[in-house]
Amino acid sequence: MTIIHTDRLHREFTVGTRLRRRRVTAVADVTLTVEPGDAVGFLGPNGAGKSTTIKMLTGVLVPTSGWARVCGLDPVRQRRELARRIGVVFGQRSQLWWDLPLVESFDLHGAIHRVPSARFRERLDECVQLLDMAPFLATPVRQLSLGQRMRGEVTAALLHSPRLLVLDEPTIGLDLASKERLRGFLSTVNARGDVTLLLTTHDLPDVERLCRRVIVIDRGRVLVDDELSTLRARFAGNRALVVELTEPIPPLLGLPGVVDVSVQAQGLRQRLEFTQAVNAAELIAAVAARAPLRDVAIAEPSIEDLVRALYATEDSPAR
Amino acid sequence: MAQIIGQAIELLGILVVFTQVRSLGGFSSTEVVLMYGLAATAFGLAILCVEQIEKLPEYVRTGQFDVMLLRPLSTLAQLLTADLALKRLGRVGTGLAVLGWSLTTLQLDWTPVRALVAATAPLVGAVILAALFVAANAVSFWLIDGQEAANSVTYGSNFATSYPITVYGPWLRRLMCFVLPGAFVAYFPALALLGRPDPLGLPDALRYSPPLVAALTVALTTLIWRAGVRHYQGTGS
Repeated sequence: MTIIHTDRLHREFTVGTRLRRRRVTAVADVTLTVEPGDAVGFLGPNGAGKSTTIKMLTGVLVPTSGWARVCGLDPVRQRRELARRIGVVFGQRSQLWWDLPLVESFDLHGAIHRVPSARFRERLDECVQLLDMAPFLATPVRQLSLGQRMRGEVTAALLHSPRLLVLDEPTIGLDLASKERLRGFLSTVNARGDVTLLLTTHDLPDVERLCRRVIVIDRGRVLVDDELSTLRARFAGNRALVVELTEPIPPLLGLPGVVDVSVQAQGLRQRLEFTQAVNAAELIAAVAARAPLRDVAIAEPSIEDLVRALYATEDSPAR
Repeated sequence: MAQIIGQAIELLGILVVFTQVRSLGGFSSTEVVLMYGLAATAFGLAILCVEQIEKLPEYVRTGQFDVMLLRPLSTLAQLLTADLALKRLGRVGTGLAVLGWSLTTLQLDWTPVRALVAATAPLVGAVILAALFVAANAVSFWLIDGQEAANSVTYGSNFATSYPITVYGPWLRRLMCFVLPGAFVAYFPALALLGRPDPLGLPDALRYSPPLVAALTVALTTLIWRAGVRHYQGTGS
């Protein structure tokens, strides 16, 4: 059975003060389907309509027009039924009980969703082990670090064995190690095939690690809905190598595959933009041969770059 | 403790009035104290059960209400059970004490029906007030800063139901009989207990109607709540 099915899902908001009201379209005729076991990345700049779409799919918002079925249910009319079949993590909203120890929040979740106790134990033990939560299970949620709390949020969303896990910016604000741990866990969960993933993010590595399919949305419209590999091949942006030097030198021109060089801090920092065809390690070696390096960093193309690249090529006739 | 002092002051206020007048709206001091006892017990019970509704404006404003919509439970039930402040039992306790004192002092002519009214009136009154508080707070689904209005209904009701409605002007009386059903919390049950005719000449049947009024209030509140949630889902954040 199709997990998510929408047909011209549309949502408008009234904004402004009492004197000057106007209607803005947050989501414009979004039609999409997601099959079981899929892992879909929902991308787009801030205000593109990602969260609004997710809220319509989870029964928090009523569509202005259009139609949605999630796990075969109408999200608004069958909200409580649907809540038993999906797990939702909003990066900026907690579903845990602030003053309770984490483990008691889990117990409550299990009770609310009437998870049989044997299955609850099994599920919880697995999450605790995979996410390394044992050291802080007894800590009240308000005292957890963001990384610890997010691990708790994801666990809570999975305890009732949902068929669909929706994550709205799950890695926002996390440090690299925490992001990586969460990605590893989600990818394990999805790989088993019984949980479909739908996640929004601004973090390209999240998408690369987790998603097979990418939906790019901007100004409420779906710009692209394709396999990640296809998309990368078509729109891969350039990466950039940022080198910090111990002494100022003239611009590092003429390196193979480098398409742009910009000089900052009087030549102490240089930013070399290079194509996907170039091996970063070789480029670093080539730079090191010409200049005294203090530090290097590689900047991945951002989602915004990707969307910009899409704009340059895709015509959106409706606008 | 602070609550008990607060209630003692309220009660003192009633007694001070009676040092100046022999009767208030046609009722003696002990009879008014009976109404106060009924109202205070009902209010105490109502607040004990639905105090959490006061958090609704905050949940709506911060969007935390989203999380409640994501659980497979009724939103109202989640809100009301978010916390239980047992300290509020103190208010019920003093209410019951005042009620007990006035019932024994009045030397009522006890009949089975009156015993039933005495036992159920605080509970029925609590249901009416609780539903009223929920309905008043549901305003915040439509108005971001509706809390002031809601609070005035909640805490105003405590004061207003403590006096016989005969002391109010006709418009306020009608409001309390037919719009915000405060008269059914203490005034009509007290008439039933005292076995006196209504000084306003309202039908005797009204004094036994509070359970029906409670059911109607709950039904209406449920509708208002549903409309509110639907409006929230239509507004979002």
